[in-house]
Amino acid sequence: MSTTSSTARRGGARPVDPAAPWAGPNRRYDIIKEGLVALLVVGLLAIGLAAVFSSPDDKSVTLAQWAKADPADFVTTATMELDGTSTSASYGAPYNTNGDGASLGPLKLQKWAGVRVPVNSAQQMVVDPLKTSVDPAVQTALATWQAASADQQLKWATNYDTAISKAPGNDPTKVSSGDYGPVPAMTAGLLELAKTGALDGILATGGAFYQTNYTVSLLFLADGGYLGALGDANHLGGDQWGMMNEMGSWPGQAWLWLYTFWYQVPPFSSSGNADALVWGLMMLLTLGLVLVPFIPGVRDLPRLIPIHRLVWRDYYSRYGSTRS
Amino acid sequence: MSAPATSHRGAPVTLTGRVRQRWLEKLPPEKLLPEEQPAYVASWIYVFGVATIAALAWVLLSGVVLTLEGPAWYHVSVVGHFFNSLHLWGVELFFFFMVIHLWGKFWMAAWRGRRRLTWVTGVVAFLASIGTAFTGYLMQTNFDSQWISTQAKDGLNSVGIGAWFNVLDLGQVMLLHVVTAPLALGVITVWHVLLVRRRGVVPPLEAAESTGTTMEGEK
Repeated sequence: MSTTSSTARRGGARPVDPAAPWAGPNRRYDIIKEGLVALLVVGLLAIGLAAVFSSPDDKSVTLAQWAKADPADFVTTATMELDGTSTSASYGAPYNTNGDGASLGPLKLQKWAGVRVPVNSAQQMVVDPLKTSVDPAVQTALATWQAASADQQLKWATNYDTAISKAPGNDPTKVSSGDYGPVPAMTAGLLELAKTGALDGILATGGAFYQTNYTVSLLFLADGGYLGALGDANHLGGDQWGMMNEMGSWPGQAWLWLYTFWYQVPPFSSSGNADALVWGLMMLLTLGLVLVPFIPGVRDLPRLIPIHRLVWRDYYSRYGSTRS
Repeated sequence: MSAPATSHRGAPVTLTGRVRQRWLEKLPPEKLLPEEQPAYVASWIYVFGVATIAALAWVLLSGVVLTLEGPAWYHVSVVGHFFNSLHLWGVELFFFFMVIHLWGKFWMAAWRGRRRLTWVTGVVAFLASIGTAFTGYLMQTNFDSQWISTQAKDGLNSVGIGAWFNVLDLGQVMLLHVVTAPLALGVITVWHVLLVRRRGVVPPLEAAESTGTTMEGEK
């Protein structure tokens, strides 16, 4: 500490009332100049970083790309939409009532929120698009499907789904013969529709002209394994700290480190209810951060761990403190 | 003849006059645009507050440029891509400065002396920034936005938020990012800054009354 003395260094000095107007020494300050200098320096820094490092912009995945690159996964996913076992078909709120969804203890917030974004996976992702097909075989299969009872439809789709899971390499083209009804023809028809690129447009527009809602397209894409494999290959998976990662080596949303951290550790990493548990925990911690000034113990940490001695070291060396 | 704007005691009688008077009482010009600061405001840690605001200004500026040509512009234009990059790096700098500012204020116990609301608005601004940035990542209309939206939906749906905030709805996300979120962030940021100006910068922990000396250049 500096040898500069002051009256405050004498024993028994009273602490400054932080609520009272400052009565101690001041220094010159130009708030507008400070702002302009900051704007200039930060601007040069941002422009430099942008010019040197650019930014990622990997093209979006299309359904056509998926159908061509991994037709087996595509057909399997379409089948699962029909038998109601895909992620979206069995999701629950806000898309449908086919699942309970996550819960936070006794709080079933997901279910209570209700079906506000209704999605019928089988109908919107498979049946409706097939209506646009000009292939007579597809239309015949579709007519057979629509004429059948719901139980019969489920039986056909489930049989085909099971057969695919038992086929070599889960390849739909290698399934053994069975009672699949029109399902193989329908899923094959959807595959062909997707390969031409038509399905991208059909799902995106949903029959409308103007459209900005991609819920059905994205849910269908996410139901398959293709998108997930691409994400994992780019270290974006949930168990790869993916939430704070970015394509390539660019920085991502690093500020989500704590949120994604919980997904890496038990019990969250092995819980089927992790999304709600982590959200609940983060909401609690966030509330704690907001209320730091009101929480005894936490609000005392700055006094107990004197990092402030570094921040104000010049001031203390010149004027001393109540500890001096 | 028009009615006088003040009562016989000189107090304003109009709503405008009363608001102006209260504003000047709480935040006089010399507090809003000061030419001096307490001597203890002399550390690098104080730079990060204004640096955060400067980064926000560049984020807003580059964002406004991006709106001029539409959301697909940056996919096909070198100039558009540069402004997208400027937007991204502005955001990265913004969060970098803001987190340091936040930690600094924590270790300085900056909520002391009737400054608790300043802390609260600062943290809320941080949270609003996370939400605003998140909607930006969602509306990139590339692989990133496909991936992030399909992943994030589960967390939001799990607590019921997804029923109202559908991350797969590009139109909703885009409007939130371009209008609602920055407006909310702007309001809370202005409120935070005004509180800082009104209450002043918190004195050091363990600062003693009546120091009796002055630094070079001090008044």
